[in-house]
Amino acid sequence: MIVVPGRRRARSVEGSGPALIGPDEWRRARVRWGFGGAQVLLLIGLIVIGLGPLVWLAKSAITPTNDTITYPMALFPHGAAWSNLHEAWSNVQVGKYFWNTVVLAIGSWFAQVFVATTAGFALSVLRPAYAKVITALLLTTLFVPAVVLLVPLYVEIVHPPLIHHSFIDSYWAVWLPAGASAFNVVLVARFFDNLPREIFEAARIDGAGPFRLFWSVVLPMSKPILGVVSVFAVLASWKDFLWPLLVLTNPDEQPLSVRLPQIQSQTSLGVFLAALFIASLVPIIGFLIFQRSFLRGTGLGGAIKG
Amino acid sequence: MATVDPIDVHWTDSEPAVLSGREYRRARRTPLTWVRGGGLATLLFLLPMLFVFGAFSWYPIVRTVIMSVQHTNLVSPATWVGLDNFRAVLNDPVLPKAVENTAEFAGLALIFGYPVPLVAAVLMSEARRFRGVYSALAYLPVVIPPVVAVLLWKTFYDASPTGVFNTILGWVHLGPYPWLQSQQTALPSLVLESTWANAGGTVIIYLAALTGVNRELYEAASVDGASLWRKVWHITIPQLRGVLLLTMILQIIGTAQVFLEPYLFTSGGPANATVTVLLMIYNYAFGNSLGGDYGSATALSLMLAAFLALFSLLYLRLTRSWSSK
Repeated sequence: MIVVPGRRRARSVEGSGPALIGPDEWRRARVRWGFGGAQVLLLIGLIVIGLGPLVWLAKSAITPTNDTITYPMALFPHGAAWSNLHEAWSNVQVGKYFWNTVVLAIGSWFAQVFVATTAGFALSVLRPAYAKVITALLLTTLFVPAVVLLVPLYVEIVHPPLIHHSFIDSYWAVWLPAGASAFNVVLVARFFDNLPREIFEAARIDGAGPFRLFWSVVLPMSKPILGVVSVFAVLASWKDFLWPLLVLTNPDEQPLSVRLPQIQSQTSLGVFLAALFIASLVPIIGFLIFQRSFLRGTGLGGAIKG
Repeated sequence: MATVDPIDVHWTDSEPAVLSGREYRRARRTPLTWVRGGGLATLLFLLPMLFVFGAFSWYPIVRTVIMSVQHTNLVSPATWVGLDNFRAVLNDPVLPKAVENTAEFAGLALIFGYPVPLVAAVLMSEARRFRGVYSALAYLPVVIPPVVAVLLWKTFYDASPTGVFNTILGWVHLGPYPWLQSQQTALPSLVLESTWANAGGTVIIYLAALTGVNRELYEAASVDGASLWRKVWHITIPQLRGVLLLTMILQIIGTAQVFLEPYLFTSGGPANATVTVLLMIYNYAFGNSLGGDYGSATALSLMLAAFLALFSLLYLRLTRSWSSK
């Protein structure tokens, strides 16, 4: 039950939210049953729609293929098949692709955090005279849809200018372009803008150069925004499909997302669903641990894009 | 020290003081003073960004425009072909179907996925308990890798009577439906999955925006005896209009570039019923094992980008009076 009339906690606990419905209104029967009922329905709907498919996936990952095909909604009619998970991890080599995904995510994470913090520091704290020009160039990339970059980027990776060496099948082809996220730079620069400038001045007077200022003053103060950028960097890398599909042609190097469609045609449904389950486990666990960063980042995203 | 070595004088910090104002300014402009003033350090900090954006963002944007008027096959040198690529794309018999499908996808996604998150966010923001549970449940599908979501839903859409959705609908004596295998239901099926996968993000954006609504407006309206419905209609929605306009544009820009769903669910089939503009671009560039038609691919992607830019401008123009009210 969402609404328990009478026994309410002090309003101050929930003071942050908008009080569309005042405490007096909650006491009215129509509001309580209408609005409260809608809330209960929403919660049930969210459980069925948001959680349901994942619970089904978890169940089917350990169900024999034949049962999933004939009785998809039955709960273990002929017992569980834990072997699906093991078979997916070793025989279908999900373990290896999982590791590739991790390596790609770490590299992309580092590229994004490195570029966003150094550039944000230069534009927001050091503020050279030409900062405005660079910021304008950065912002224009936000308005260019990703599809415009796809083909020329691919051609550039196959035939890079100046260097006559193809970067196809090199992880650098995934890591480096990931760093070119104007959204990250803007997000970090805005956060740095709001840090108290007196602290920078004090550090300068104490003899700290720009590198010292960056490493020992600004970075330790920006943990919240680094958390947001990191969470989104890792998640975006974990989700990425088209770009690694294009530039990583060697199956031994491909991440899980690229391999999963192929795995589907190579193995039984039960093992395939176990592979899907393993692939979604890390983002789900990560989300449950870093929920605050996720939700705050998404809200910030709406605010910044506006 | 009373006496100073004349050679040392040259290097002391007090040196500029003996120069006239004009000489001083000229002296400041030397590279050495620029380095001392922190100019080089600033540039060093900007270097990673300049390199990464130069190589992987600014240069490819310019390159798209050049490639769209060239014939390139990566083997022989590129040749200038003027607007031939654009003409070839516009004469492609698949293009009208792709544009129609993309528009239908975007339209259906708006119908499915635009009002529901708003209603959900309003209900959730007034929740007195489990507020975290609500938003976690809503956001959960967003963190699932899109490939996993599509492949999982592909299993759900199994057209046999024992498919997951057909089993559930069978309980209430509906179906079995062909889902992805019929020209009529394939595209709506794609939109349904895409809405499931993305609506949570919109809910969270609305929730964040709702915290910015001024509480005093609600309280004043309550004092004046406004009903709940009137408060939502006359306070909540007008207060959110900036975000509402924004999410609509973002959603249309996103759905106009839909690729993963048609690519993994149906490869554009059955009978081109789910071919989208982005799938066409992919097929031009990477669908042919004999070599990509990069000219047509970049020409079409430029046309799509230009359309989206025009659309956004027009939309902002038309809604300006409402959004600045």
